[in-house]
Amino acid sequence: MPEGPLLRFQDVNTYYGDLHVLKDVNYSIASGEIVSLLGGNASGKSTTMKTIMGVVRPRTGSVIFDGVPIEKMSTADRVKRGIAPVLEARRLFPRMTVFENLEMGAYTRKRGPEFAEDLERVYSLFPRVKERLNQVSGTLSGGEQQMVAIGRALMARPRLICMDEPSMGLSPRFVEQVFDIIQEINRQGTTIFMVEQNANMALSIAHRAYVLQTGKVVLSGSAAALRRDPAIREAYLGELQVIPGQVDTDSPPVSSRIRAPVAPP
Amino acid sequence: MALSDLLLQQTINGLSLGAMYALLALGFTLVYGILELINFSHFNVFMVGSFIGLWTLQLMGINGQAVVMTGLPLIGVMMTALVVTMVLSGGLGVLIERLSLRPLRDVKGPAPMITTIGVSYVLFNIVLLTVGADSKNYPNPLPPVQFAIGDAVLRLREILIWVIAVLLMLGLHLFVQRSRMGKAMRATAQDPEAARMMGVEVDRVIVIAFFLGSALAGAGGLIFGLYYNFTSFIIGFNAGLRAFTAAVLGGIGNVPGAMLGGVIIGLIEAMGAQFIASAWTDVIIFSILVLVLVFRPAGLLGRVAPNKS
Repeated sequence: MPEGPLLRFQDVNTYYGDLHVLKDVNYSIASGEIVSLLGGNASGKSTTMKTIMGVVRPRTGSVIFDGVPIEKMSTADRVKRGIAPVLEARRLFPRMTVFENLEMGAYTRKRGPEFAEDLERVYSLFPRVKERLNQVSGTLSGGEQQMVAIGRALMARPRLICMDEPSMGLSPRFVEQVFDIIQEINRQGTTIFMVEQNANMALSIAHRAYVLQTGKVVLSGSAAALRRDPAIREAYLGELQVIPGQVDTDSPPVSSRIRAPVAPP
Repeated sequence: MALSDLLLQQTINGLSLGAMYALLALGFTLVYGILELINFSHFNVFMVGSFIGLWTLQLMGINGQAVVMTGLPLIGVMMTALVVTMVLSGGLGVLIERLSLRPLRDVKGPAPMITTIGVSYVLFNIVLLTVGADSKNYPNPLPPVQFAIGDAVLRLREILIWVIAVLLMLGLHLFVQRSRMGKAMRATAQDPEAARMMGVEVDRVIVIAFFLGSALAGAGGLIFGLYYNFTSFIIGFNAGLRAFTAAVLGGIGNVPGAMLGGVIIGLIEAMGAQFIASAWTDVIIFSILVLVLVFRPAGLLGRVAPNKS
């Protein structure tokens, strides 16, 4: 295995038409880490995930996975190299069964003993999934769907899982369960890059985190340090939403520029 | 003829027409399910398929109805005609997708649909200008075997049409439900972006959908010729419109819906011609379509709104 980080963003700029979404963004994620990406609405979090998966391509800059630039590769080639997504709002194939959804996770891989091994791994992490194998996934509860969505990502036998809002729409009890399982998956050797609104939970399991605001990385560091940062506490750990934009040019230091809204929407 | 025999006879006729419409309707539904595109070139892929079948049979030395075959030679000739027609028609569909639709993949609005109308006219006129406007006698080596059931008659050609249609639809069903590519097709139809992020190459899925749909249309064209003993450059419009209606009636995008819709349209056409008047067939078919859509806008087996969550 080459030395260096598993995933690196090097001065990445991503646009939607004229809209400049990611601005000179740099990330570096080492093998074995859980890294969390925090930020308000429209800060570029989901665009980061789409840039990793190749759904949007950076205009400039480089995305390097395992030492190889991947920014020009097709999504399928990225999946084959070992990147799997857990998509925002789960995005299961609603009229396919749970088992078929898991099969789709392993779409780029050959069927064989490894497929059975991976199924067993998913069943041991999520016994509930095994009970629901032949159920049409659109009829599952939100929590069950999230289990299948994570299981589906594991079926790709990925080295890196990109998670977009794994706690979204789940009951608090379920959120804790999901985060426990994310930690367990990480302990089994999979690197995790996670976008999460629930900063409290995210920082409690992450090793490190980046804070994104209107397309720029404004803060990064160890999860423990970020949890102590007063601006982070105000902006995220109270779980208020951050209003993006309106950054004064002659403003005080970076961390105090992260604003809490006057009134939550 | 007693009423029950009339009903039986028209059921036999209707199921044969229905089998043809169902094969054709599947092509509309496969492409719509994935691209949300109504592919009007499908009308004339069916027509071209009918001519491919005609030429294939002629190349095997079968002209008109004079050559009668039985047993293994008959099965061999029919299989060959079917396979060649389906492969070449499928290839035509792939070519249409590559040349005229892929360049428009990211164009929003009705442009791709209008393009398919244009392609349809191109095919129509190429056949008109090269083979002529007259109807062609269709080679048919089937022996004139028939079974009388009361006063109703069941001919060998009807049995053949049903067997071909049922086998093809069963094959398609198994492909879509069981194969890796079939699952990728369903996943793409349900959530294209998520399918892509599983590593599905969506362009390939689209090519397969065009190939399968066009191959089935070719089979439908061959069936048309064997059933009516003629083909012509003009057959695509009526059959295509009825098959499209069948797809909408069953719920466009829904594979079993297309089969059901095809059979229903075929039966309506046959019964309408018997009990009302064949000139009124279109009025009846399209009135029923309007009624179904008023009360079930998504079609008989369709879902009201695509669930993409």
